[in-house]
Amino acid sequence: MNTTIMLFLLQDGITNGAIYALLGLALVLVFAVTRVILIPQGEFVTYGALSYAMLATGQVPGTAKLAAAMGVVAFGLDLFDARRSLRLKRVLRAFALNIALPAMILALTYGLAGPKTPIGVNIALSLLIVAAIGLFLYRIAFQPIAHTSVLVLLIASVGCHLALQGLGLVFFGAEGLRGPALSNTALTIGPLRFTGQSLAVYGLTIAFIVALWLFFGFTLMGKALRATAVNRLGARLIGIRTTLSGQIAFLLASLIGAISGILIVPITTLYYDTGFLIGLKGFIAAIIGGLVSYPLTAIAALLVGSVEAFSSFYASNFKEVIVFTLILPVLVLRSLAAPAVEEEKD
Amino acid sequence: MNQRAPLIIFALVMAAIPFIPGVPPFWIVLLNNIGLAALVAMGLVLLTGVGGLTSFGQAAFCGFGAYTTAVLTTAYGFSPWLTLPLSLLVSGIAAVLLGIVTVRLSGHYLPLGTIAWGIGLFYLFSKLEFLGRNDGISGIPPLSIGSFRMLDPGTIYFAIWVAVLVSALLTMNLLDSRTGRAIRALRRGHIAGEAFGVQTPRAKLLVFIYAAVLAGLSGWLYAHFQRAANPTPFGAQAGIEYLFIAVVGGAGYVWGAVLGAGIVVILKEILQSYLPYIFGGQSQLETIVFGILLVVLLQFAPTGVWPWLMSRLPIKSGRKTPDTSLPLAARERAPASAAVLLQIEKARKQFGGVIAVNDVSFDVRSREIVALIGPNGAGKSTTFNLITGVLTTTGGTISVLGHKVDNAPPQEVVKLGVARTFQHVKLVPDMTVLENVAIGAHLRGFAGAISSMFRLDRADEAKLLAEAARQIERVGLGDQIDQLAGSLSLGQQRIVEIARALCVDPLLLLLDEPAAGLRHMEKQRLAALLRQLRDGGMSVLLVEHDMGFVMDLADRVVVLDFGTKIAEGTPDAIKTNPDVIKAYLGATA
Repeated sequence: MNTTIMLFLLQDGITNGAIYALLGLALVLVFAVTRVILIPQGEFVTYGALSYAMLATGQVPGTAKLAAAMGVVAFGLDLFDARRSLRLKRVLRAFALNIALPAMILALTYGLAGPKTPIGVNIALSLLIVAAIGLFLYRIAFQPIAHTSVLVLLIASVGCHLALQGLGLVFFGAEGLRGPALSNTALTIGPLRFTGQSLAVYGLTIAFIVALWLFFGFTLMGKALRATAVNRLGARLIGIRTTLSGQIAFLLASLIGAISGILIVPITTLYYDTGFLIGLKGFIAAIIGGLVSYPLTAIAALLVGSVEAFSSFYASNFKEVIVFTLILPVLVLRSLAAPAVEEEKD
Repeated sequence: MNQRAPLIIFALVMAAIPFIPGVPPFWIVLLNNIGLAALVAMGLVLLTGVGGLTSFGQAAFCGFGAYTTAVLTTAYGFSPWLTLPLSLLVSGIAAVLLGIVTVRLSGHYLPLGTIAWGIGLFYLFSKLEFLGRNDGISGIPPLSIGSFRMLDPGTIYFAIWVAVLVSALLTMNLLDSRTGRAIRALRRGHIAGEAFGVQTPRAKLLVFIYAAVLAGLSGWLYAHFQRAANPTPFGAQAGIEYLFIAVVGGAGYVWGAVLGAGIVVILKEILQSYLPYIFGGQSQLETIVFGILLVVLLQFAPTGVWPWLMSRLPIKSGRKTPDTSLPLAARERAPASAAVLLQIEKARKQFGGVIAVNDVSFDVRSREIVALIGPNGAGKSTTFNLITGVLTTTGGTISVLGHKVDNAPPQEVVKLGVARTFQHVKLVPDMTVLENVAIGAHLRGFAGAISSMFRLDRADEAKLLAEAARQIERVGLGDQIDQLAGSLSLGQQRIVEIARALCVDPLLLLLDEPAAGLRHMEKQRLAALLRQLRDGGMSVLLVEHDMGFVMDLADRVVVLDFGTKIAEGTPDAIKTNPDVIKAYLGATA
């Protein structure tokens, strides 16, 4: 093997790994706050990427309508929950969040979408749409069962994944899409050429890791979110609004997912169902990181990306097999290292 | 035999269906699919619903079963019947390998791990040359008996449903046995089971293998039903669907698996055939509806349809009361001269910088009630956990009858005759009082999983249940014997724990706050019981906050404060000890 090939593979691996790191971080974030293992994280990626790609061709993506529709359901749920104390202020607040906000996003999308819309606007619109979907997804599917076991949440999560993936096919069709690059600048160091796109991937990943680490380690809100994960009742008793924590976690996760999607859609063609596999590779990183550590997750993601790049070069047929069995030795180590802690379940 | 009646009726109905004139052949295909899915889901019921181990990877085990027979029958000309044991064996071996890696993982790691290897194996099936890559293997011979070949769906129907019924029967037999109780206790954590000798990792591996073998059986049948095997039905999506079936039907119930398979397979069929008419030709709409239905279902019935259905039927399951006259061999008692039962010397436990137990020494002699008291956080429960092997000591020695136990696992400690109760009650709430108490006698029975499945364990089982019933009678809960443990008051649950500990036939009984939550009369009855046990030759070490109860009952009192022993003596001496008064009241008296 020559050094140039190795460097190329490494570069490829790190770029992919950075995306997995972002997703791994989002998964850790959601799990740490809500105990939901967010299988639909991959759908956030494809929704973000494909909405962006469709906007770039001047079309209005169906996701904007989905956000509005989910808002209506969320509004209905809010009204139903508040039926015993239906005060005007409360109704108005629910209306603003669930009806007015997605309606505004939908209107903006229709108003701004066109073949000449600048890239920045398209990115902003895609992010808004997916963030709204993430927020409402928590409200509709997870908030009513937030107190149940990890298993029930996991299965609900699988249900969301199935529904969202099916909707993805309806919105984007079975054909793959590619989006325009964020910037065309490039940088050459030795034999390696760094595109502006890959530099953006590195920069954003590092920024997110640092930001999340600071947020959860050093701010009151971050600590409140972590407290919610450990003990919902206890967190409520000391005045933390657990519902809000869940919403913030899903909002962040959907944003991170959409950003990852927008970052990779200029590099690779994405299909409506690509997100699942990408998300799962993020999972592997998150599991290696023990679902708690952000830096460890990021390092593990880079490892997953590199292993993937090298195995696609040497044994491309078995790329996925190698990547997914990578998890087994890690699990063995984890199970040997972890003390047997008694869990109070149900 | 009336417990068997519904099963026999069900079997007869299933056997009659193909002979009803006018039943469309397509229905039979659907029923075949239901049966195949039910087999996998039944394994999941045991694994997930009962054992608390979630697996998204069962479809891969179907793959092992299907590909084993596919390769052996097409490439090597094996007879399908010969490949049946081999298919099950391959699935079982795969389960052992994956199980050793995964079952020790707690909570959420397990489902995630199973998703990962489920996908990995799917890609492996679709890439390996000798498995035919993505095209798979076709031309698998049909099952045949003599010259009768099961070529059409209507004949293999019988093979599939016989497999379902036999598996259901064996699974229910397994659950209703000594091993079954150990499996059913897994979901509530491992400490309680281990305190009575259950080898938790082994029990987990057992259900993992069992579920995999059922999935392998389903795969084997699938291969001979379709006469072909390709990777698609063994992928992650299918693995998710099997879990879905188990949850829909009721993850804790064997028949829930069959019901769930019926609901899901039929629903999918309806969605696939009618949705395109309603919404135009869009494909994959059924996935959307499917996903949404799943989310909605979980919000309304998180325990599934089967228990919901059962609670609406007027049938009450009759239970035989155990024959309490059956004797169970008693523990071999050490010669009465062994004066010191439990010897604790400078036992120490540190959690990081916190010293929970600081060089504590005391002993418990035979036929003695010793009380361990002290303010909250004094290290009493930690001392209990050190004695019973739940925690390992940082220093010092603990010995029972001269055997050092300070770093022995709980299963070894209980073998020496040390039984305990827990401060936070650790019963299985959805098991009856009788079944919970019988877990205490786990080490006094010998029947294994296989003999339980084939009902060869009945003599052993009857003795265990008789012993459990005797101990329940002894603690005065005879009227509650068939109630679910979770429905009792907290005080009664503590008493159930005592009965469970008595089932060990212990020399030393460790009771962690047994009187908490009891009313005055109940406390008096408990005190009388403990005295009677002592007079019968047992020793008792108890942690208790009710001073009236302790001082009245104990022969000797040991006082801990902040992990350190501050006093030891007779109740009267302790009552007037200035250090003790200071520790409790915080001021010099």
